[in-house]
Amino acid sequence: MSAAFYNEMYDSDAGLRPHYRAFAEWLDGMPAERLERKRAEADTAFHRVGITFAVYGEEAGTERLIPFDIIPRIIPAAEWAQLEAGLRQRVQALNAFLHDIYHEQAILKAGCVPAEQVLNNAQFRREMIGVDVPSGIYAHIAGVDIVRAGAGESYVLEDNLRVPSGVSYMIEDRKMMMRLFPELFSRHLIAPVQHYPDLLLDNLRTVAPKGVANPTVVLLTPGAYNSAYFEHTFLAQQMGIELVEGRDLFVRDETVFMRTTQGPQRVDVIYRRLDDDFLDPLVFNKDSMLGVPGLLSAYRAGHVTLANAIGTGVADDKSVYPYVPEMIRFYLGEEPKLNNVPTWMLRKPEDLRYVLAHLPELVVKEVHGAGGYGMLVGPAASRAEIEEFRARIIAAPEKYIAQPTLALSNCPTFVESGIAPRHLDLRPFVLSGKRGVGMVPGGLTRVALRAGSLVVNSSQGGGTKDTWVLEN
Amino acid sequence: MLSRTADHLYWLARYTERAENLARLLDVSYQMSLVPQSIAAQNENWRAILALNSLESAFAETYSGVNVDNVLRFMVADATNPSSIYSCLRAARENAHAVRGTLTAEMWESINATWIELRQQTFEQILARGISEFFDWVKLRSAVTRGVTFGTMLKDDALHFIRLGGLLERGDNTARILDMQYHILRQSDDEGASDFYRWGALLRSLSAFQVYRKVYRDAITPARVAELLILRMDLPRSLHACADGIVRMLQLIANDASAETQRQAGVLHARLHFARIDDVLAGGLHEYLTDFMDRIYELGDGISRDFLIAA
Repeated sequence: MSAAFYNEMYDSDAGLRPHYRAFAEWLDGMPAERLERKRAEADTAFHRVGITFAVYGEEAGTERLIPFDIIPRIIPAAEWAQLEAGLRQRVQALNAFLHDIYHEQAILKAGCVPAEQVLNNAQFRREMIGVDVPSGIYAHIAGVDIVRAGAGESYVLEDNLRVPSGVSYMIEDRKMMMRLFPELFSRHLIAPVQHYPDLLLDNLRTVAPKGVANPTVVLLTPGAYNSAYFEHTFLAQQMGIELVEGRDLFVRDETVFMRTTQGPQRVDVIYRRLDDDFLDPLVFNKDSMLGVPGLLSAYRAGHVTLANAIGTGVADDKSVYPYVPEMIRFYLGEEPKLNNVPTWMLRKPEDLRYVLAHLPELVVKEVHGAGGYGMLVGPAASRAEIEEFRARIIAAPEKYIAQPTLALSNCPTFVESGIAPRHLDLRPFVLSGKRGVGMVPGGLTRVALRAGSLVVNSSQGGGTKDTWVLEN
Repeated sequence: MLSRTADHLYWLARYTERAENLARLLDVSYQMSLVPQSIAAQNENWRAILALNSLESAFAETYSGVNVDNVLRFMVADATNPSSIYSCLRAARENAHAVRGTLTAEMWESINATWIELRQQTFEQILARGISEFFDWVKLRSAVTRGVTFGTMLKDDALHFIRLGGLLERGDNTARILDMQYHILRQSDDEGASDFYRWGALLRSLSAFQVYRKVYRDAITPARVAELLILRMDLPRSLHACADGIVRMLQLIANDASAETQRQAGVLHARLHFARIDDVLAGGLHEYLTDFMDRIYELGDGISRDFLIAA
């Protein structure tokens, strides 16, 4: 176990951290074959229930299980309280920022965020300028990725404000743990998370267009071949709302309807799990078969609410990320409670100079890249890779940012060879609506199952763990 | 409910029912092939199964001769045959997958488990265990799915569309099985014992053997078999029972556009409700059943138009 990494379960002297004590005792008393049987039971159950994700690039319709690890990630109450306060603050500021840049643009005029970083950004949607959305909320659902580094301090890695996914695994992982090891839940006071769909539905209903007393909420999915389709069906079912595809909806008189067996029925709130580009072929991607022609006109007329709003991508963009602490100061007059990862913006000459001199230590990312593509991890890269990347940076420095390589914390995890530490992150899901900001305690813990790997994405072989926030 | 959702539910039920009835049809054919007869006559029966589904040319593309092994492989396990049990259960599962949020968890798990189990066995393994055991398994899985459906789903439109699809398919399939077997049985010159076994197998394949005994307490005659399977309202797989259910389901889901479809269903039902078997047989059973299947087809068309591809 490398001392450079923070271990969630053990302290630096390999002693147990207090919040893992009861769990470790239980694990010690557990015969290996019973654990093995339980792991097999979990696999069968996940398969039978069909909790799978579709894999792009493999044979059409290939479905795979996301590996589930039975050792939970445990967070003490006090630590969660700090994280939660920080998340509230951060998401509030991000929503204020989105409202501002599509209206007065005060933060740009004040020079706190460079105007060209926002206005020239491909994710900045001119169509949204001057459009008022209910309660001024843009990012109704935010999935904020948090990691812990060497000394145990937390950083926000990115703010996902478009269509963040993974919350169904958070709920299913909890269900699975309660099914496999009910005794653990009497030994610990674990904050429940299964009411997330209720919170979400309640939240979506509060942002219905003005004058709609009993709004019809639907979930818009790209369809059964989308990688997150399981989650779409899961959430729609849990909320008791219709799961619709673009072809189920149509727009007439700037109003959205769905096609039902009893004729057209009006739709008031669309929880869309479809990217901006595909929403309305009349305005965005003309070739999109997934969207609804005329949707933007109904949206701009205020006859339907989209959650999340169109144009939120400009606030979770890597080139705007470094300014989130400034947003918090500007809109809330507070100091940020969560750390940002220090970021060098290579369009600045002094940052560029520093980064080029320190490439082997740094992580360099494309500003518009995602999913681990177009990225250099200096410590893991060969000389040749570094030199090749250097040339790309010099050719177009404004396309890149750089960050120190974070020593992501790790947590004991079941792997082929037994129990070994693996790196992980945490994605809490933060809900914003008319009544403010809310969330269930914890979130989705993703774990990189390959030894030494820092990539937790499910498409890259990452797994998940149940996340316990302990109550005092 | 969403038209597309209704469409998936309706087809989910149709494919599940179709797989079950295909298992019933193949089972009865297999049982009958065990009754002593010439190889040529036997193969004629298997050819009739292909003809029933208009699959002769598709079959001829891959298989060299019509015989029990080839037809069973083609109709049970051939993924390229859209009418095989394999393809029906795959289509049922795909339709369920598209609307799994509308199904209860138990229902989805039942359908998915059927598919996973089917995919895990090769045709050789199926044969090794005995083909009848496989047909029993298909019927059992269908029964489990049906039981879970009725035992867990809210009695709302979702259930009504599932019922409607199942009834339409069942009526059609019972008519097909009866038409084909009646035709073969009428052609056979055998008298006595072997005939008894054949009519018995037909009744058993439609779960109607014991019912026949209970209702008639008498020897098995073709006219009574036809009466039972066509006109008895209380036999769950009879044409009358299916038409009865179709009319009731249509009443429950009726909308502004469905009046004509409901009228047609009413006519179909009345023709069964007030019929006498002597008249049916006098006019020709084959003609009667063909007319029934045409009307079912028309109804399916109307249902699609009125509910499933709404404007």
